[in-house]
Amino acid sequence: MTVYVKGVVFDGVDFDDPNSWSIDAYIQRGGYAALKKIIAEGITQDAIIAELKTSSLRGRGGAGFPTGLKWSFMPRSFPGQKYLVCNTDEGEPGTFKDLDIIVNNPHALIEGMIIGGYAMGITVGYNYIHGEVFEAYERFEAALEEARRAGFLGDNILGSEFCFQLHAHHGYGAYICGEETALLESLEGKKGQPRFKPPFPASYGLYGKPTTINNTETFASVPYIVREGGQKFLELGKPNNGGTKLFSISGHVNRPGNYEIPLGTPFADLLEMAGGMRGGKKIKAVIPGGSSAPVLPGHIMMETTMDYDAIAKAGSMLGSGAVIVMDETVCMVKALRRLSYFYYEESCGQCTPCREGTGWLYRVVDRIERGLGRPEDLDLLESVGKNIAGRTICALGDAAVMPVQGMLKHFRDEFLHHIEHKKCLVPGF
Amino acid sequence: MLEIEIDGTKLTVPNGTTVIEAARSIGTHIPHFCYHKKLSIAANCRMCLVQVEKAPKPLPACATPVNDGMKVYTHSDMAVKAQQGVMEFLLINHPLDCPICDQGGECQLQDIAVGYGGSSSRYEEEKRVVPNKDLGPLISTDMTRCIHCTRCVRFTEEVAGMQEIGMAGRGEHSEIMSFIGMTVDSEISGNVIDLCPVGALTSKPFRYTARTWELSRRKSVSPHDGLGANLVVQVKADRVMRVLPLENEAINECWIADRDRFAYEALNSEQRLTKPMVKQGGVWLETDWQTALEYVGNGLKSISRDYGADTVAVMATPHSTVEELFLLNKLSQALGAGSASVGGRYADERLAAAQQGAAWLGQPIADVAQSKAVLVVGSTLRKEQPLLAQRLRQGAKRGLKLAILNPADDELFSAIAAKLISRPDQMVEALAGVVKAAAELKQAAVPADVAAAEPCAAARGIAKVLVDATAAEGDRASVLLGNLAAHNPRAAELAVLANQLAAITGATVGWLSEAANTVGAQVLGLTSGNLLSKPRKAVLLFNNEVEFDSHDGQAALAAVKQAEMVVAFSAFKHGAVDYADVLLPITPFSETAGSFINMEGKLQTFNGVVKPLGDSRPGWKVLRVLGNLLASEGFDFDNAEAVRKAALPQGESGVAAKLSNTVNGVAVTLQAAATGLVRMGEVPIYQADALVRRAPSLQKTRDAAAPLAGLSPATAAQLGVAEGDTVKVQQGEAQGSYTATIMAGLADGVVRLAAAHPTTAQLGAMFGSIQLTRA
Amino acid sequence: MMLTPESLAQIDREVAKYPADQKRSAVMSALRIAQVEKGWLSSDTIKFVAEYLGIAPMAAHEVATFYNMYDRAPVGKYKITVCTNLPCALSGGVDAGEYLQKKLGIHFNETTADGKFTLKEGECMGACGYAPVLLVNNHTMCNHMTPDAIDRKLAELN
Ligand SMILES: Cc1cc2nc3c(=O)[nH]c(=O)nc-3n(C[C@H](O)[C@H](O)[C@H](O)COP(=O)(O)O)c2cc1C
Ligand code: SF4
Ligand code: FES
Repeated sequence: MTVYVKGVVFDGVDFDDPNSWSIDAYIQRGGYAALKKIIAEGITQDAIIAELKTSSLRGRGGAGFPTGLKWSFMPRSFPGQKYLVCNTDEGEPGTFKDLDIIVNNPHALIEGMIIGGYAMGITVGYNYIHGEVFEAYERFEAALEEARRAGFLGDNILGSEFCFQLHAHHGYGAYICGEETALLESLEGKKGQPRFKPPFPASYGLYGKPTTINNTETFASVPYIVREGGQKFLELGKPNNGGTKLFSISGHVNRPGNYEIPLGTPFADLLEMAGGMRGGKKIKAVIPGGSSAPVLPGHIMMETTMDYDAIAKAGSMLGSGAVIVMDETVCMVKALRRLSYFYYEESCGQCTPCREGTGWLYRVVDRIERGLGRPEDLDLLESVGKNIAGRTICALGDAAVMPVQGMLKHFRDEFLHHIEHKKCLVPGF
Repeated sequence: MLEIEIDGTKLTVPNGTTVIEAARSIGTHIPHFCYHKKLSIAANCRMCLVQVEKAPKPLPACATPVNDGMKVYTHSDMAVKAQQGVMEFLLINHPLDCPICDQGGECQLQDIAVGYGGSSSRYEEEKRVVPNKDLGPLISTDMTRCIHCTRCVRFTEEVAGMQEIGMAGRGEHSEIMSFIGMTVDSEISGNVIDLCPVGALTSKPFRYTARTWELSRRKSVSPHDGLGANLVVQVKADRVMRVLPLENEAINECWIADRDRFAYEALNSEQRLTKPMVKQGGVWLETDWQTALEYVGNGLKSISRDYGADTVAVMATPHSTVEELFLLNKLSQALGAGSASVGGRYADERLAAAQQGAAWLGQPIADVAQSKAVLVVGSTLRKEQPLLAQRLRQGAKRGLKLAILNPADDELFSAIAAKLISRPDQMVEALAGVVKAAAELKQAAVPADVAAAEPCAAARGIAKVLVDATAAEGDRASVLLGNLAAHNPRAAELAVLANQLAAITGATVGWLSEAANTVGAQVLGLTSGNLLSKPRKAVLLFNNEVEFDSHDGQAALAAVKQAEMVVAFSAFKHGAVDYADVLLPITPFSETAGSFINMEGKLQTFNGVVKPLGDSRPGWKVLRVLGNLLASEGFDFDNAEAVRKAALPQGESGVAAKLSNTVNGVAVTLQAAATGLVRMGEVPIYQADALVRRAPSLQKTRDAAAPLAGLSPATAAQLGVAEGDTVKVQQGEAQGSYTATIMAGLADGVVRLAAAHPTTAQLGAMFGSIQLTRA
Repeated sequence: MMLTPESLAQIDREVAKYPADQKRSAVMSALRIAQVEKGWLSSDTIKFVAEYLGIAPMAAHEVATFYNMYDRAPVGKYKITVCTNLPCALSGGVDAGEYLQKKLGIHFNETTADGKFTLKEGECMGACGYAPVLLVNNHTMCNHMTPDAIDRKLAELN
């Protein structure tokens, strides 16, 4: 287990205890207190949502949308069924935080979803779990069973009028299902092809019914906020960037893993927590928010803090909080080639620019990597990218283009070198 | 209403309008591929990107709803650049094979590509090659040309009702296909050919036979079912090469059924009869018209003289035109033979007598799906009325409650609100139960003749659907009778009960007319009686193949065989070669002017699109000469229009006055539960008329497969028959052996064995009693 | 082409998670369960699952070909999928893949002659911090797969 710093989501979790995930351990460290408090004190839906707004919790799935605001969009008095959906389809290269949450602290997510159901008047929820983590899916199913037996889930929760059913849905290998409307399609038993928006899930979601979708970490932060108050959560981070956040650090560091630290922590500190650069090598580049975020040169990163606003200012995005660290030995052409291949493979294929464009991007980068590139290829990449970005149904199109744009912006010379000399500037990955 | 400005033009549109629709309403064309007004919005091709004021990115016009005050630019720099970008993407993997592509000249991709004047491609990688798929005998594929617009997928799922085509795989590797080893079997499948904006899905029969610019286009009307779909018939060198839909929202929308589309193959068939022929000494000789008609005239005269005119029977089918039927009827009466008949498949003589007018749909076609509830009594709906079934499917999606009373619970690909499965000889009792249940629900008087009925739960379910649907002021429901009701030996009683049910619930009664001119034949006063029920000396068969076009093929064949003279007017050499004495080559609908009256009472006229083949002549002209020859008055018509004028002096309004579904003078006599086996002998979709029978591609479809003997699981068990067993079937003298199939959802005690097929034509009555044993 | 009663019971449990008129939602699980039983998804198996859930065969086929953990062709007794995406590659993911290829004497997308191992290249498994990672038969994740760890794993499977 590789979580080295603990904040909201991993509050009190003992990673050395194999039973730390269980409901008993969770209750011992204050779990389900928030739910009990809500039921016992009859806290209103509005009060919960207000608390979330105070906390300034922003969605942890990538877009960083304020959660309190999202919850307030859910039509409260809709006559039919409404749904609550959790997005544990973590597949963004670099991201592995949600996996650790459902393996080590599943009840935080469950409690967060129950509270969400309560706050929005929703009685049925699903957690969509990434295909490749079957063991985590089984762990989550086991946790659900515990929660049902303990009376936290199901009919008349804790003797109240409130009922909430929660089920796990297992994916089977498609990155695109992380996109919320593709996820809904997949939950409906279809191919995971994103829907055109509007309508948004809040009015037309699962089975065409109003639906709220949040990321695992987002939900798992909720019990803390209800228990300790939104203000306390906000103060853990910085204004407009409340709370702590899980950062998944991978790549050339000594101790890759998840670090739950206050938003606004300097990147340099985070890097140090992760044991510094592996083999003492020099930092070359960092992708600060999952593979879809533009790459930033190491020196820029060393000057920035880890929060939504600061990273945006630096020219990238915090995304899911996946930090991919690359040292001086990494060939940027190779790195981009691998990322471009990923988007080409994972494009759902429905819209023209993404289906045709991601393959084109990949083939041109691949050509450069194989020493067959031409100087004009860089302009071609930029132009093809422009024809994809902003013209697709979902943001995968943009996600595929951003790495290309970031690389060309900061490492253009390396690409030109590659074209000219038909080989890498530096040895390899 | 919302205000929107498109390229500087202001207009107001209703709420919910999309930008593409708003633009279309003022004649601004926004290029598109995936958008289709009858399909759900996919927004996947991205061709329709336009600039919207305040939006940072171009938006797809097809999926963007109009907001009040919106300003849209379809030709701005942003819009054009976006469209060009999409076009480039679409072409990088598209083969540049327009010169050999069947779609060449009518390809939306080609058109738009030319519009954007695509320079040479910046894509230098190898193009994608996608293997072709076997979608069956009607649709040919060239999948490398596919641009993934998913129109075909959405069509099968949303319009045809069953997702037979899908997009398998993901991303660049995704491919349009049917399920491995399965073909596309929908009865309206051919529409995907029209929907495909490129040459990926094309017509298999038409493939490589002509280029679109060589074809001339003529309007026509489908001669098959009672809907009267509007057609564009495409012609090259006096030959029909292809048939496409002519859009008519009120009738066929933009669709046609596969039989409307592919039956044209029969027009050019080897089996066409092109010369008059007479049989002499058992040998067929080709002759000229003069000789043949004189032979017929003399024969008829001498038979009338020797045996009396009432020994002559004149029989057509309701697939003939108004003009043909009018003259045929006139001729029959002039001969003293009484009315001609089109009713070979009817079994209940009481119906025609009781009917107070021409039986029709009772409402415009477009209104049917606006009903709150529809009860269909006795119909293989999808096969009898492919497009009407489609309309009802769309209605059901909007909340129309569809109920059925039928011998078989066939898949309609629509939600069914209530159903009552009953053997054909007990449908009267079943419907009587519905009538009684409805009366009880409405607290209305129970009609005396159904007082003894015992409504089952299913009957009560149907009654409730109808009663609930009409509860609110202005809400409509329909009770529609199909072919299985019309051909039922107790059809008149079913008609009475349908009227009673309508009276109680406020529903409208309608008939799903079997053929293109079923309504026309009744308006013109032809009978639906079985003229062969008594022995005849002379029989004139007009477009009628008695073995297929009669309720009891066996009896009809015996009757014509014993006649002294049989004259067959036909476009084809058919079974009459065995039993006729004269074959007169008349033309099919494509080679004559004429008209049909469809099920909603609409008179639709058309002209010939090609010249008569060989020596064949339009039926009305042949009848004119024959009429004159038999020295009767009033057969002098210069053209088809003159015939029509005489037939329908007041045109369509005259037709309307004759439409009525009221039946009088028939008593409903409830019978005890039936025992023994009864046949359900429906007419298969591709055996229904002379053209479909001879269309090779249609005959290769699954719907054209040889009939099986269907049994319910319980009946099969009782008879000790298992799936795939060979069984012996007997009706009267006739027998045959068939393969048994177990059909869940078939009424018990029923042997479902289609009629009108070469392998079953020798059997007896379509809904008669039948024996079945394991062979 | 039936599935065992155990598999059907598992599918029924999945079906019960969704509204009664949304059985289709269970198609992914049903295909997974069928694949576990049969080893891979033949067209017949897909058709059976579709019919069991009352959906069009093509609808199930779309699902079976969209998600890449379904195997539409037979695979070895152990299917090993190695993540070679960038974060893993930075920590030996590609090396693990190469080591496995050498060790098993096959390339990606091939099966050993004895039918025991199939090797696949995978996309991000959401476990980049534990690189190199590989997945055995879709459901067992193995972390930190250095050459030594790979040797031990292969020996265990053998
Ligand atoms: C291509 C793509 C992949 C995504 N993958 C994920 C993912 O793996 N997990 C996730 O929570 N959100 C993902 N998202 C974002 C979701 O669409 C959605 O915004 C998020 O689940 C909302 O939750 P939040 O508000 O709690 O962040 C993805 C978005 C896109 C466009
Ligand atoms: S952008 Fe790509 S992944 Fe997103 S909907 Fe379009 S084709 Fe699918
Ligand atoms: S027509 Fe609008 S995206 Fe295809």
